[in-house]
Amino acid sequence: MSAVGKIVRINGPLVVAEGMRNAMMYELVRVGELKLVGEITRIEGDRAFIQVYESTSGLKPGEPVYGTGAPLSVELGPGMLGVIYDGVQRPLSTIGDLSKSPFVARGIDVPALDRNKKWHFVPNKNLKPGDKVGPGDILGTVQETELIEHRILVPPNVHGTLKSLASEGDYTVEEAIATVDQNGDTKELKMYHRWPVRFPRPYKQKLEPVEPLLTGVRVLDTIFPMAKGGNGAIPGPFGSGKTVTLQSLAKWSSARVVVFVGCGERGNEMTDELRSFPKLKDPWTGKPLLQRTVLIANTSNMPVAAREASIYVGATIAEYFRDQGYDVLLVADSTSRWAEALRDLAGRMEEMPAEEGFPSYLASRLAEYYERAGRVITLGNPERMGSVTIASSVSPPGGDFTEPVTSNTLRFVRVFWPLDVSLAQQRHYPAINWLQGFSAYVDLVATWWHKNVDPEWKSMRDLMMGLLVREDELRQIVRLVGPESLAEKDKLTLEVARIIRVAFLQQNAFDDIDAFASPQKQAKMMRMIVTFYSRASELVAKGVPTKKIMEANQDLVAEMNRVKFTVKNDELQKIDQLIQAINARFDQLASEVKA
Amino acid sequence: MTVQLNIREYSNISMIKGPLMVVKGVGDAAYQELVDIEMPDGSKRRGMVVDSYNDMAVVQVFEGTTGISPTGTKARFLGKGLEVKISEEMLGRIMSPLGDPLDGGPPIIKGEKRDINGDPINPAMRDYPEEFIQTGVSAIDGLNSLLRGQKLPIFSGSGLPSNLLAAQIARQATVRGEESNFAVVFAAIGVRYDEFLFFRKFFEETGAINRVAMVATFANQPPSIKILTPRTALTLAEYLAFEQDMHVLAILIDMTNYCEALRELSASKEEVPGRGGYPGYMYTDLATIYERAGKVKGKKGSITQMPILTMPNDDMTHPIPDLTGYITEGQIVLDRSLHNKGIYPPINVLMSLSRLMRDGIGAGKTRDDHKELANQLFAAYARAVEVRGLASIIGEDSLSETDRKYLLFGDAFERRFIQQGLNENRSIEQTLDIGWEVLSILPESELVQLKPEQIKKYHPKYKSQAQAS
Repeated sequence: MSAVGKIVRINGPLVVAEGMRNAMMYELVRVGELKLVGEITRIEGDRAFIQVYESTSGLKPGEPVYGTGAPLSVELGPGMLGVIYDGVQRPLSTIGDLSKSPFVARGIDVPALDRNKKWHFVPNKNLKPGDKVGPGDILGTVQETELIEHRILVPPNVHGTLKSLASEGDYTVEEAIATVDQNGDTKELKMYHRWPVRFPRPYKQKLEPVEPLLTGVRVLDTIFPMAKGGNGAIPGPFGSGKTVTLQSLAKWSSARVVVFVGCGERGNEMTDELRSFPKLKDPWTGKPLLQRTVLIANTSNMPVAAREASIYVGATIAEYFRDQGYDVLLVADSTSRWAEALRDLAGRMEEMPAEEGFPSYLASRLAEYYERAGRVITLGNPERMGSVTIASSVSPPGGDFTEPVTSNTLRFVRVFWPLDVSLAQQRHYPAINWLQGFSAYVDLVATWWHKNVDPEWKSMRDLMMGLLVREDELRQIVRLVGPESLAEKDKLTLEVARIIRVAFLQQNAFDDIDAFASPQKQAKMMRMIVTFYSRASELVAKGVPTKKIMEANQDLVAEMNRVKFTVKNDELQKIDQLIQAINARFDQLASEVKA
Repeated sequence: MTVQLNIREYSNISMIKGPLMVVKGVGDAAYQELVDIEMPDGSKRRGMVVDSYNDMAVVQVFEGTTGISPTGTKARFLGKGLEVKISEEMLGRIMSPLGDPLDGGPPIIKGEKRDINGDPINPAMRDYPEEFIQTGVSAIDGLNSLLRGQKLPIFSGSGLPSNLLAAQIARQATVRGEESNFAVVFAAIGVRYDEFLFFRKFFEETGAINRVAMVATFANQPPSIKILTPRTALTLAEYLAFEQDMHVLAILIDMTNYCEALRELSASKEEVPGRGGYPGYMYTDLATIYERAGKVKGKKGSITQMPILTMPNDDMTHPIPDLTGYITEGQIVLDRSLHNKGIYPPINVLMSLSRLMRDGIGAGKTRDDHKELANQLFAAYARAVEVRGLASIIGEDSLSETDRKYLLFGDAFERRFIQQGLNENRSIEQTLDIGWEVLSILPESELVQLKPEQIKKYHPKYKSQAQAS
């Protein structure tokens, strides 16, 4: 322990200590007799300002503060998947077992990774003593869960000559599995290493995202697609379905590893994930979701300073799996609560407030966070690519998107999924407003869709989007003069836009069949709607009234609206049959017109 | 509080401002330590350390600082946190947040002292709410179901019958098929005396008073004691639920008074204000109250929380309902226009929401058609409201036939489904059947949210056919 100081002031989560001349910025410290976890956020002379990650109730001036000589770091190694951590990576289940209480007790020191569990380590066959090794090189692997092969990496700050590599066998994370000679120093490498959370992990090169991160949610995949390595935000007032949308992402996305940070949100939501993820199957692999998930829970009533840290803890764990060569999704719910933690701490340190009391560095902190996303060529051999995709919710007060957190977030994200409370009140879920949202990745991922699913994906998407935009304009007119005065082709636009909304955009996240739509099913559904629209347009052009067309097709429209619930992802021929039925019906109608 | 200190007495009071008092020369005041203040005439008040330095302490006085003089007043630091004696003796009693009886009865003797701030429940130790509570109110049971362990607030407006509704729910709420060991913990936060009397009378008349513990503060008391009210009540609720295996319904009224008190205190501490002048940490502060609800693994009891708040100017985006909605698991919203139409309970079902509903309803829990029927009622009523808006512009006559059916449905839904009597306790089957009845106004092709086999089974048209044959 490097520095030992003395408390001179306690104000909520902020503690000021004297005698801290040897302390470093962002050093992890232990505060008081209870050794509460804290982090240094400001140094003035020999005074250090410490944000404490546990309740400071009962702490008094004069109690000691111990430095640890290291910044707040996380342990990275096998044993994180399926575990629920608090905001500073303490395993909550273990805390529960140790304290034998339903409540989180203070001052409990538990390592993040189980020290007794043995992992079956398989060394990298291509490495032998005498080889040069550097950061990111794969020393060997551990089959951590059925889904994830954990690749044991040379830590970013180690390079040299490999002196020894353990043979295949069972080891705990504390046992050395390799030794490396680094300029005459022998370094023992274990299956885990530490990394400071506030520093992004290094990589070789950042690449442009090109592959979609599929989610099985139609409005996300087709209207506003996300790319692997991209970043996006979901803002919305309460009750608009942010959490359910984020949970859908965490459940169904095509990422290999998911890190879910519950940052200042409800306790029961984390419980819901803990309860449902072991039972739910990953649609891409058929294995339980928990095997690919790391949960970080700092609920709204847990200490506010740890909420600030939890985002960085999540980002660092995500980058670590990226460095192993995986596509990782980092989900944070909600960045507004994180920003409020920043504001709370800044206020207590008597910093000059900027907009709405938030500190002036809010924008740069948000930028740092979103920039931790990306598709990269990782360090080390063999060469591999990995990505971190970030999706975060924003909770604007009163649903006002002009407030500082939302407006600053908009500057840094490339996908925007705004939730609309009026859609939610109509129970249109996911309540993503298709007029306000955007995705900068549409053209980048179109190539993938065209090659793998349907060569007309982009043109069908643009047609549907066009109808939705036109519908909004028409509805304004209808509100003024009523629907009767519209031209027939505009009436058709209104009818088809309604089908798009009900049959395609609305999706029930809790229906067994509808919750996850494969890309193939999405494309087929688009084709079904586009077919209906183009055939109906032909008739309208020939002078058939829209009303007549819709009445003649009432049964088929009802069927189109139900396709999402009735057709499973492996029964797409049923949609083909429906498209045939639509064509047949219109052929018949067309012949009647001629006759 | 784990740190043990002896009692220390100081008399060097350097500043008094609002509810705060600065005591000089104290070098070891623990954060949130309890302080006894003795005035020259021998009368006593209580306070708590809110900022502690190595040479002074800032003390927040619960009963207010009126009449305190820097000379002659003694501050006694008690070496313990804000603890209140908690026991099941409190059932049937009315107390202040410091545990003093307000009903003229004897003081609470038995019990153990507990820090009323509580500790956060470990998310890994929570048990997920799944049991449906039948409140007998259709708009809640059918469309916004309450589950055991949920926190579901009522967003009210001034003059709306939130107290009647809360009382009706407290009287009727049951988990079916189970004789439960239940209790009501009632926190009256800075309420008017007539509100307090209404609830006391109500509990006495229903004979439930022995299962009810009331913690009360009144509108004319200082803010620092008001903000303790829900904390003491929930500390008791936690004790009853997790140590006495009781199913506790905690009613907190009125959270708007709580937030106003919090703002007043924050201003007197010269903190940087957030939106609407409320402190920036109000979200976190409210969370430490609302999150004290739920079920935990290995314990039989539960806490179901029903906070009631008044939306200033009926504005749901006001910071108080806004921050509440972000923490609670849904909300029941009362609506002035329904109230003016004479509909009780005036619940705006479209703005209301129960986030946990889907986990407590359906086959084996309520009825197999519940989920789809609720979705269909929501979708149809939303459409009806939209059509109503259209009809007011272009006139009913220019509406399509289907749209006119929606208008009829909208009225029937409000008059038959939402509206019910103050003492009308509907079973969930009755609620769902009324739902089907009003939906049968619409053409069958509009019922796209319902599965064809459910329509065959429950739609009045087929039901009566089945009975006839």
